Parts: sequence; structure tokens; C-alpha cells
Amino acid sequence: MRNTLLLGLRPPLTEKAPGLEDPELAALASTVKEAAERALGRSLAIRHVDAGSCNGCELEIHALGNAFYDLERFGFRFVASPRHADVLLVTGPVTLNMREALQRTYDATPGPKWVVASGVCAADGGVFAGSYAIAGGVASVVPVDLVIPGCPPSPAALLRGLLALMRGGSK
Amino acid sequence: MSASLRVSPANGAEWREATRLLAAGEATLVSLWGDDGRMRMAVRQASGALSFVEVACEDGSFPSVASVHAPADRLERAACDLFGFTARETADKRRWLDHGRWPLRHPLGQAVPHDGAPDAYPFLNAEGEGLHQIPVGPVHAGIIEPGHFRFHAGGESVVRLEERLGYVHKGVDRLMRGANLERGGVLAARVSGDSTVAYGVAFARAVEAALGIEAPPRAHGLRGLMAELERIANHFGDIGAVCNDAAFALMHAHCGILRERTLRTAKAAFGHRLMMDAVVPGGVAVDLTPEGAEAIRALVRHVRTTFPGLVQLYDNTASLQDRTVGTGVLNVDLARRFGAGGVVGRASGRDFDARRDCPYPPYDAFSFEVPIRRAGDVNARIWVRIEEVGESLSLIEAMLLRLAGGPVLATLASAGSACEGFALIETFRGEVFAHVRLANDGVVARCHLRDASWFQWPLLEAAIEGNIVADFPLCNKSFNCSYSGCDL
Ligand code: SF4
Repeated sequence: MRNTLLLGLRPPLTEKAPGLEDPELAALASTVKEAAERALGRSLAIRHVDAGSCNGCELEIHALGNAFYDLERFGFRFVASPRHADVLLVTGPVTLNMREALQRTYDATPGPKWVVASGVCAADGGVFAGSYAIAGGVASVVPVDLVIPGCPPSPAALLRGLLALMRGGSK
Repeated sequence: MSASLRVSPANGAEWREATRLLAAGEATLVSLWGDDGRMRMAVRQASGALSFVEVACEDGSFPSVASVHAPADRLERAACDLFGFTARETADKRRWLDHGRWPLRHPLGQAVPHDGAPDAYPFLNAEGEGLHQIPVGPVHAGIIEPGHFRFHAGGESVVRLEERLGYVHKGVDRLMRGANLERGGVLAARVSGDSTVAYGVAFARAVEAALGIEAPPRAHGLRGLMAELERIANHFGDIGAVCNDAAFALMHAHCGILRERTLRTAKAAFGHRLMMDAVVPGGVAVDLTPEGAEAIRALVRHVRTTFPGLVQLYDNTASLQDRTVGTGVLNVDLARRFGAGGVVGRASGRDFDARRDCPYPPYDAFSFEVPIRRAGDVNARIWVRIEEVGESLSLIEAMLLRLAGGPVLATLASAGSACEGFALIETFRGEVFAHVRLANDGVVARCHLRDASWFQWPLLEAAIEGNIVADFPLCNKSFNCSYSGCDL
């Protein structure tokens, strides 16, 4: 039975990834100033930081690891410490109770580093904008290199965003 | 369950009597929250009936419930932070949601400016030879919400765990104030994203109860379908993640596939993978097409053929059982005293499920089993989830079969006067209690949403005691409490 279970994970479950010809990916890529790939090659360590999310965004980031998207085949991997990270993937509006933790996580990440704001909350506070408890979008606390829209961004959208970050704009 | 609510005069005697019943173990705390100038409380009597009491906070204080009934502690502290009330006779005066970092204190009461300098937070101490502290968080190692865990450990064993939460406090209660019903629904759907459907239903039913209207029968059926899809998607995720924390990646991979298929089905049937904003006050925002219904049926068939193999794998892998059996035991008495809902309570013998015990449509028209275990360990929590998946599949089939035709949305006529209502709705992790008070003009005057996790987080502290620190992720995952749901 274990063999059957192992075989069940093989392709064709894993889906073809979008390339640079994908219009959404190209649009995102054009917003990236410097392609991560040029600086670091095709191996990017990502540290996720929930700065105040409703946890919907986390569910879809988790899904990136499943057999359909298989994020690691592109050279991305999630790491446990910001000190090992190239990319901070930040979700949620930044709450005031998390602002310092986000800032310190950013400071602990060695350069060169990239920050991706994932989801409409991370973009500008989303539906929580204007609250007394919110600093705002991620950019109000640390510099942001790429915004992936969505509530939450689907795994496909996240994948496009991360590939766009890796490959960068057309320069 | 939902109903409109008669506001009884704030009466200190009733408040004291309810507190006494809680302390004596003769009633279960449903929720405790602040409102304009008063504290309110909902308790579930031994008979199963819900009752509501309140007490006016003249001079800004009220008789503490937490001082005699520990499950009330964090709710009481949260209400004090938001409204600026003082709980008399309480031993724990530390702030809970307010870390001192906001520009003000008491955002829902008489707000006073604050300089945003963080408050000190003295953790409870444990003393003994060789004990050491391990601080963890708020930023954790995995893809997980933020919170702080303070361990006192003796060698490998946890002597005491204390949680400090509130990091993702977004000020939902204040954003709700003055929100129209549409925006209220959008906010409720984002209190805890993994339970967005159930929260949508809870808010909607509390509003509908306040206004005295009922959603159309087809809307009830669709809400039920969405809620069960949400339940199995989360259970697949949790079963896989617990096994992953026990270093058994194969289960995680397969459960991940089932979860993904469920979310894709939700997208095909209801237009959004998590079905966010699909439930609205008055009914639902999306109707189900015949193709959508077929997609759901196909999912059920697929799960029925693949899931049993995974269950067998779990049951037959001794190395996995070695990690889950006897780990993180929550004893039956504590689960009862705290009124632990959901999987956490049901794995420790607490036979309660709002779908069955405070029935609301569509569940009042269906019968289903509520799986119960008494061992209270990680293994029991996995088994309750496994068995609930089976029940949900049957429910989904039955709901599809008996899905009514007709409209999916009722018009919401404003009551023209102030009114309030509540609902108790089962999410995948336990029941959410929603209380909504509407103003004359129909906007939200006060909305209180109490996640099941409020009563589960403190129990995690108890369940981890005596376990090794390395088993904490496993225990934590087997509880899977919501951070955002409590931090609001
Ligand atoms: S973007 Fe949406 S899913 Fe993500 S944290 Fe915000 S509300 Fe939740």
C-alpha cells in the first residue's frame, strides 16, 4: 500500500509553471527593480512573517508546498530564521503590536534582501486600514520590492509573484 | 442557534449568581464581553439553555468573573483593555490585547491618548533547581501566526508554558462600530481566515436574528455545504500537518493533495478557494450551478476512495503512533471546566457540537454522529478529525440531495429601532459565538465575536506540562488554535 501512496505523488499532479510569457507574471516582473536571480542565482531562501494577517494568507502560502505547485522545484525554500533568508514574505496589515517584530526580523536578514508584501492587507492595510491598531501596509515599516495582490493571493498568484521576483523585469 | 435578545436591566445580583454557577461547575461560560457602560456575559446552563446577564459598570468597575472562574481570565482582561473597565477582586491585572503600543488606551470606551511605549509583561514564574526559560516568538520558525510562548523547562521537560497573544490585534471591534451590514460581514469573514465561512454564517445569523428575518431555505443548504467543505479542507490540513510535525512527510503530502482538491472544488462551486465573502447577511452571495454540484459530488467520491488508505497508513505506522499516543494529554475535567469546543473538547470527552446541540439550519434537518474520544492526547485529536471527515462527507451528500430551489438572498429590512441578536455556530475548531447590536439606523453598534480558541489556548498550556519541549509543535498543531480569531 505504501508503494501506491508513494506513486500517487508522482507527476502529472505537479503542474506546469507560468513562464515570463504569462502576462500577469510579466506585469509583476516589470515592477521588480532588481531580479533576485541576478544577485543570487536560482536558489532563494524565503522567511515568512505574519505581521497581522487573518491567517487566510498563510493557508495559501502553505499550499505552495503541495504536490500541485511544488515550490521547491524552482529553487525556493522556506527557512526558519531571517538570518538564513534572502526574501521576507510578509502577510497582513502590520499591527502596531507586530511592528517592532517585523522591523527586527528585517534588520536580522542579511543583504542583499527582498521584501514581498503578500495580499491586499500587506499592500495597504486592506479592510483593516484606518484602525487605531494598524501601522498600515508593509511598506509603512520596511521597504517593499514587490506586492502580490489578492485576498488571499492564490498559490498560483504567489508562484507568479515569486518567479517574477526571481527573474525580474525586462532590463 | 440564534435568536434575538431581550435586554434585561443590568442587575448585579444576576451577575453574581451566574458567576457562582460558573465557579461551581454548574454552568459553562459562553462569552464575556464589554459594551457601552456595562459588561455582558452568556452562560450555558446544565440544561443546555443559554442565558444572558449583564452588569452596569458604575464607577467603571464590575465584579470579576475570572477571580473565581479561570476560563474567563483573558476575555475579562481583553474587555478591560478595550473599554477601560476594572475587574474588581481579580488577581491578574496584566493587560492582554493592549501591549502599550497603540496611540491610545481603551479604544472602545473613554479613550485616552497613550505614547505607544510598550508595557512590561511579567510572566508567571516557576522556581526550582536547574529550571531555565525558553522564550519563543512572536515570530516563529514556520509559516504560522505570531504569538509568544514562554517555557519554563527542567532539562527536556516543560514545567510551565505561558502564552502571550494579542500580536495580531487589528481593532476589529472598533472597525465594526458604525459599519453597515455589508462591511460588517466583510470584517467578520476576516477575523480568522481559516473559518471564514463559519464566521460569515455567525455574523449573518446574529444580524438576521436581530432583524427577525430568516434566510431562504436554499441559502441555508448552501451555507451548510460551504461550512462542511471548510471543515474537511481544514481537517485534511491539520491531519497532514500534525503527522508532518511527527516527521512523517508522506501523510502530509497526501493530505495536502486532498486539501488542494477541496479548495479547487470550492472555487469551482462557490467562486473562491476559501469561500470568503460567499455568506452574507440575508443569505449567500453565490448560487450553486449543476456543474458546481457535480464538482462537489466528484470530490466526495474521490475522498471516499483515497482517504481510507491514508487512515490505514496512520493507524499502521508504529513510529508515528509512538509520537502521538500519550502525548499532550488534556484531561477530561479541564476540558469540561473550560467548555472546550471542537476537536479539542471532543477528544477529551466533552460531547458538544453546536450543529447538533444548539441546532440551526440546515443541520436541524439532518442527523449525524459527533465523534468522541476520552484519551485527550494528540492521537485522539487526530482520530476525532478523521471521523469528522467521514461525517462531513455524508452530510455533504445529503445536503446536495435535499438542496431546496428558490432564491438565495432575502432582503434585509431595517428594524427601524435598536435591536440585537446572537448566534452560536460551529466552525471546524469549535463554536464561534456572535453577538450583534444594531443601532436605529441599521448600522452595527457593537459586534462581539468569540472564537473557540479563547477556551482552548489556556488548555494547551495544561496539556504540554510534563511533555518534552520538542513535542510542543506537535501538541500545538493538534490543537490548532487561532491567533487572529482571539486577537481580533
Ligand atoms: S489579504 Fe485577505 S486573506 Fe490575507 S490577511 Fe488580509 S484579509 Fe486575510
